[in-house]
Amino acid sequence: MIEMQVRRKLHGADGDFQLNVNVNIAAGELVALYGPTGSGKSSILRMLAGLMRPDEGVISVGGEPWFDHKKNLDIPPQRRDVGMVFQEYSLFPNMTVRGNLEFALNKGGDRDMVEELLDVIELRGLQDRRPVLLSGGQKQRVALARALVRKPRLLLLDEPLSALDFQMRARLQEYIIACHQRMNLTTILVTHDYPEVMKLAKRILVLSGGSVEYDGPPETFLSRMGRNRPLLR
Amino acid sequence: MLDFEPFVLTLKLSLITTVLLFIIGVPIAYWLAYSSRRVKVLVEALVALPIVLPPSVLGFYLLLAFSPQNAFGEWLDRHMDIQLVFTFPGLVVASLLYSLPFMVQPIQSGFQQLPRALMEASYTLGKGRMATLLRVLLPNVRMSIVTGCILAFAHTIGEFGVVLMVGGNIPGETRVASIAIYDEVEAMNYEAAGIYSAILLIFSFVVLATVYLINFNQRTKVELR
Repeated sequence: MIEMQVRRKLHGADGDFQLNVNVNIAAGELVALYGPTGSGKSSILRMLAGLMRPDEGVISVGGEPWFDHKKNLDIPPQRRDVGMVFQEYSLFPNMTVRGNLEFALNKGGDRDMVEELLDVIELRGLQDRRPVLLSGGQKQRVALARALVRKPRLLLLDEPLSALDFQMRARLQEYIIACHQRMNLTTILVTHDYPEVMKLAKRILVLSGGSVEYDGPPETFLSRMGRNRPLLR
Repeated sequence: MLDFEPFVLTLKLSLITTVLLFIIGVPIAYWLAYSSRRVKVLVEALVALPIVLPPSVLGFYLLLAFSPQNAFGEWLDRHMDIQLVFTFPGLVVASLLYSLPFMVQPIQSGFQQLPRALMEASYTLGKGRMATLLRVLLPNVRMSIVTGCILAFAHTIGEFGVVLMVGGNIPGETRVASIAIYDEVEAMNYEAAGIYSAILLIFSFVVLATVYLINFNQRTKVELR
């Protein structure tokens, strides 16, 4: 469903490097993007969402071209049919929980979806609160729900759980699995937490030095790394 | 009997200037905050010029520009029937330039302090630039907007040099409070000058105290989070 062949120069902590990615992801997959900080994981998500422009290459989703360098085509994020959850909390402070969800509705959008998500992600009790009064875990639950209001084809999760404690993480992982299955999403999760990968994903893309070093089931990657190399962090 | 007309004129000028500056200032602040073009540093410097420039310099150039003897002034006069020298509309134009940085800078820094993810989240939720500006960005920099409006308003009340150059001292037209004080002192009328000055002093103090109070409350609120 997703075909992505892109190149982009990135500025990392150890200087500039070239991100060179060529991946295909099938509809309904939940794929983890794994790698050390600054390896370009988030950049891949941002390029898919239309928030960052690749230097060259093509991105197409479901046969629909979203980016094509040669044809000078770059569909803006507004028309890309993605839901994105950011690492830092990105709830709108001026709106209540319900307001944040309703903001995502298009004109004539499906209001029932807001109600359904308030129930599925168990936010009904918090619906009239402002984000200031929510805990980190609650905020990311709202962010997840908000990303799903428009029923996107693609769910992009940019280290959504990295700021949460262990218990909160576990709960949010359940929500992610539930939504992924229930809404028939294609999901890409950026993370540097290996247990999280094992729990959520059947396929892992390991990024290193700007390209995909491993692509396959997470268990195999672990045994292949064995004791020869410390786990990427 | 004390003549309050200069105060009425001053308030009228400040109010009109502030409203117009808000309309002009928000797009400029937005562009300065989010543009990645290099030319923006020049615009930033231009906007900030009135802070460092003697008001008489700004007034001198405006006087030249507005004068019907020069191309721009003549064009305004002949084609638009607008006279800007020694008129109230001329004062408004001069005040807009003079107080521009006091509106733009707080709003610009408000935008820059917002997490970029707010804007990006709004885009990925299908909202365009305008909807994002009106429904996400502006409501979340409202304290900066209040600060900008109060500072622009107060700064316009305090202007003197520009007004003197461009507007002169025409009662009911360009004789604002600061000019009236200067005029009364020139006429050795210290009592009137003293009353005018005291009113301006107290008013400006109250305005500034309000700004700092708003900022103080906002900061304590943030710390409580």
